[in-house]
Amino acid sequence: MTDKANVLAVEGIGKSFVGFKALDGVDFSIRAGEVHALLGENGAGKSTLIKVLTGVHQPDAGVISLDGQPVHVRDTHHAQSLGIGTVYQEVNLLPNMSVADNLFIGRQPTRYGFIDRRLMERRAREVLAQYDLHLDVASDLSRYSVAIQQLVAIARAVDMSGRILILDEPTASLDRHEVEILFAMIRRLKARGLGIVFITHFLDQVYEVCDHVTVLRNGKLAGSAPTSELPKLDLVKMMLGRTLAVATHGDRRHRPPPEERQLSFKGVGRSRSIAPFDLDIGEGEVIGMAGLLGSGRTETAKLLFGIDAADKGEAWIDGRAVRIRTPQDAVALGFGLCPEDRKSDGIIGDLSIRENIALALQAHRGWFNRLPKREQTAMADRFVKALDIRTTDIEKPVKLLSGGNQQKVILARWLATNPRFLILDEPTRGIDVGAHAEIITLINELCDKGLALLVISSEIDEIVAYSNRVVVLRDRTHLGELSGDEITTSNIMQMIATETGEVPA
Amino acid sequence: MISMKRILLASVFAVAGFGTASAADLTVGFSQIGSESGWRAAETSVSKIEAEKRGIAFKIADAQQKQENQIKAIRGFIAQGVDAIFIAPVVATGWDTVLAEAKEADIPVILLDRTIETADDSLYLTAVTSDTVHEGKVAGEWLAKTVADKDCKVLELQGTVGSSPAINRKKGFEEGIASASNIKIVRSQTGDFTRSKGKEVMEGFLKAENGGKDICALYAHNDDMAVGAIQAIKEAGLKPGKDILVVSVDAVPDIFKAMADGEANATVELTPNMAGPAFDALKEFKDSGKAPPKWIQTESKLFTQADDPMKVYEEKKGLGY
Amino acid sequence: MKNMFIPAAARAAPQLGSLALILFLNYLAFPGFFEIRFQDGRLYGSLVDVLNRGAPIIILAIGMTAVIASRGVDLSVGAVMAVSGALAATMTVAGYPVPVAVIAAIGVGLLCGLWNGVLVAYFDLQPIVATLILMVTGRGIAQLITEGSIVTFNEPGLIFFGSGAILGIPVPILIAACLLAVTIVLVRRTALGLLIESIGVNRSASSYAGLNSKLLLLVIYGFCGVCAALAGIIIAADIRGADANNAGLWLELDAILAVVIGGTSLFGGRFSLIMSAIGAIIIQAMNTGILLSGFPPEYNLILKALVIIVILLAQSFSSLGGWAFLKGEFRAKGTRQQ
Repeated sequence: MTDKANVLAVEGIGKSFVGFKALDGVDFSIRAGEVHALLGENGAGKSTLIKVLTGVHQPDAGVISLDGQPVHVRDTHHAQSLGIGTVYQEVNLLPNMSVADNLFIGRQPTRYGFIDRRLMERRAREVLAQYDLHLDVASDLSRYSVAIQQLVAIARAVDMSGRILILDEPTASLDRHEVEILFAMIRRLKARGLGIVFITHFLDQVYEVCDHVTVLRNGKLAGSAPTSELPKLDLVKMMLGRTLAVATHGDRRHRPPPEERQLSFKGVGRSRSIAPFDLDIGEGEVIGMAGLLGSGRTETAKLLFGIDAADKGEAWIDGRAVRIRTPQDAVALGFGLCPEDRKSDGIIGDLSIRENIALALQAHRGWFNRLPKREQTAMADRFVKALDIRTTDIEKPVKLLSGGNQQKVILARWLATNPRFLILDEPTRGIDVGAHAEIITLINELCDKGLALLVISSEIDEIVAYSNRVVVLRDRTHLGELSGDEITTSNIMQMIATETGEVPA
Repeated sequence: MISMKRILLASVFAVAGFGTASAADLTVGFSQIGSESGWRAAETSVSKIEAEKRGIAFKIADAQQKQENQIKAIRGFIAQGVDAIFIAPVVATGWDTVLAEAKEADIPVILLDRTIETADDSLYLTAVTSDTVHEGKVAGEWLAKTVADKDCKVLELQGTVGSSPAINRKKGFEEGIASASNIKIVRSQTGDFTRSKGKEVMEGFLKAENGGKDICALYAHNDDMAVGAIQAIKEAGLKPGKDILVVSVDAVPDIFKAMADGEANATVELTPNMAGPAFDALKEFKDSGKAPPKWIQTESKLFTQADDPMKVYEEKKGLGY
Repeated sequence: MKNMFIPAAARAAPQLGSLALILFLNYLAFPGFFEIRFQDGRLYGSLVDVLNRGAPIIILAIGMTAVIASRGVDLSVGAVMAVSGALAATMTVAGYPVPVAVIAAIGVGLLCGLWNGVLVAYFDLQPIVATLILMVTGRGIAQLITEGSIVTFNEPGLIFFGSGAILGIPVPILIAACLLAVTIVLVRRTALGLLIESIGVNRSASSYAGLNSKLLLLVIYGFCGVCAALAGIIIAADIRGADANNAGLWLELDAILAVVIGGTSLFGGRFSLIMSAIGAIIIQAMNTGILLSGFPPEYNLILKALVIIVILLAQSFSSLGGWAFLKGEFRAKGTRQQ
């Protein structure tokens, strides 16, 4: 395995968009049988580099060479024929078509001009069998979990290209077990001699599966080293260019609980969504919510915010019974929700940052009570500054921002309504390390200002860092609550992992 | 004979509202296309009147523009053992099977208003239709006679592009004026057989032709476009019927009103009475066994301001145009 | 200029350019095209015809813009025109006062629109399917009202909506202009414009932000129905008759085309009512030009298609930043690096 030649190498790659250098003299190379992590904060140039490699963008400067020969990658199709396959974070498959269709779409085997389904399905089974995947290839892809869909996407990319595989945040929406399955597949492909580029935000995964790390920062190469020679702290430093300190608010945990918890939910539930639960939150409290994907975390958030109407239980606010049947009801009560799926439920992509920030307040004020543009601008400017939203212009469509900045825009949207209770569903998902720390700092600040917060996260370390109390969920049921010194990573893990019926007291 | 009568009785009971006709000698089923236009509605009501006049039991099935409904209706008529079937076919092809069934049952079939394409023309007794080329020709000849040897620039409002009445009425009109070299069609555009397009196109024509001052006549492929165009002529400050002669085809009630007001000059009738000649041919065939010719052409009657248009208007108004 | 992505002037350039070009071609085909004179108390000329004939399309396009901006489409507007025209004409003939007939016709348009809105917003039918229902049945309803014939009327009060004039300006143009002005004020001076764009871009996220998107959709479709009813009344009044079979036939396609030419994406979001109105005028200028040109009618549709392709290509080039690139790339670079 030592010193294999580079399969793919780029040297001095540069790419500018109108007035802005996305890539500036970047070198990058990958060997056969190597898993190479490509890291960097959002906006560091990872996506641009990938797009240059796959022919989406043409570089302004630099050379791409394949097996030592300079190549000009004309377009994505050409990239595929050169052996470079890509699987994006949002799986680019067709969920309402069969697994076999998805594997072979655009290149289905034909017979007399018609698709030969029998042959296609047989070949689909053969392809998947290489990865010990035994699926019903004739059934719709949507029947399978996101993880399996991801594997199908990878199988398709490998089958089509077969030399270099680029995985753009493949683990973002997978749970722990699914990540393991994916890693098994990656190791298998590595053994077959593929060069794999692995983009992720999860540093642990880098150490688990990658041989080499390259870090980009602000469009430039920040460093490149074998994983074994790069301690985690050095890696984080390389990414941020500064040392990261996650402040834990251990002291908050030891504050006496508030005398009165103003928000109180009793026996709230919805059949086939989440079992009835009780939840009390007081001002200045942060409730962490932990559990695996599908354990009922997001369902809880949707119920509290009126996206789904509860069919059981009651809600009390300041000692008054209230009904929350729609998000409008929830907003009127001073609630806000930063949803899990930022792209489909959070941002209004084509609208500007200013409009996105003004939206919730405007919806609350009513259709005819327009927030004057001057005030919208002042508000947006204020939040851009306060939350450090990085943008050149508040009139820019919000979809052009990085994930972390989009998250801040949604947070600003709710802060503009001056809420008393904020639900944050996975506020740090898909966000780079720097923005991560900023979001956590923000959570702490909001809490100190007296907001009641419910934070849902799969990052248990984070939950431990900022929560007053932690609710643990499994199988669409609230298992119980941890508070004070009980809040430790291992306690939470244990609670999630124990079988039903042996819940620790 | 007895069994025949029983079937007949059964069929009469099956069709409510026609009980009074049970004493009739003849029962005729009519598969009508639908009621997509005023003319079609008039055809239906005229057919009823003509049947009543002759004491014929008449059953109408509305196919709502669908051939499969027509085929169903024809099979129903065959099962009921009617004496004859009239069809206004919605499309030209696909009739052979069901007409063969009628022939098998010895029931004569007469086509109304439209014809079909078939290799075996023994499948139907006769077709009663108008001759759309002839209609145009009548209009053209009227104009040629009316302007005599004066020079005359004509504007033409065509029907829907590519439709057979539009093609034929254009052709016929050109034949009608062929001998009169003083008459020239200077502009010809489609008005889609509708009033609003007729008006819009006429507005354009008048602007393009020096405000319409040099124009002597308008020929419209149907009355509706003429009615629209008359309004455009008025709004341009000219007098329709005097400054610009107006001749069109169809003879719907509204054009008679315009003629009574002196705003239209002539119309050629596309008679809604297709059933009358069909009943006559059927009667003769039943009585003497003499087969009518394969095509019975209805009369393309010319109406002018001299034909007491108000009276015709009153007559036609009740027909459901 | 704050919005540096596509400046407003560059965004409107392809449409304004196309309009100017078509008007110029019309002038070539017919040198008297720009002549306007005063005759019988109203303005008279080809340019007036373009606006007058374009008025129903402009009115439809205004309603359609709101619907398309919300990521929908309303195929039923042509049929709703037929229904409202039929009702106005039939009631007038039956002796009801004109205001009653007109209000009833607008009311039935509103009902039709609300029906569409309920199907789209509350039953989650795809707009194209939901409105197809009324597109088909609407014409049938109109035929029931008129009993299959063209209902002709001579009531001057109703005719006024089609061929009347105030201060020499034809009434349809005035109605279209007023509706356009009122609607622009309504969407831009209230929050409606932003909220419509918001549900058009991302309905789910808008609902999460506390926007009552169902009610808003209902209102949008209701408004579109009212616009269709107004257009239907004008068209019936213009020919002094309600033609259930032909009134508004295929006009839904012209309205959609006007909106698309005006630059509103069929995927919803950003919209401009003015540009949609300009789109409608482009379509009508083209129609009038074809009439004036004297080409045989067999070429009508081909000419129309060619012009539309050119306009849409120009627009696509522009929205990709083509004009901005050609004109201001250098300048933009300079300012941004400061």
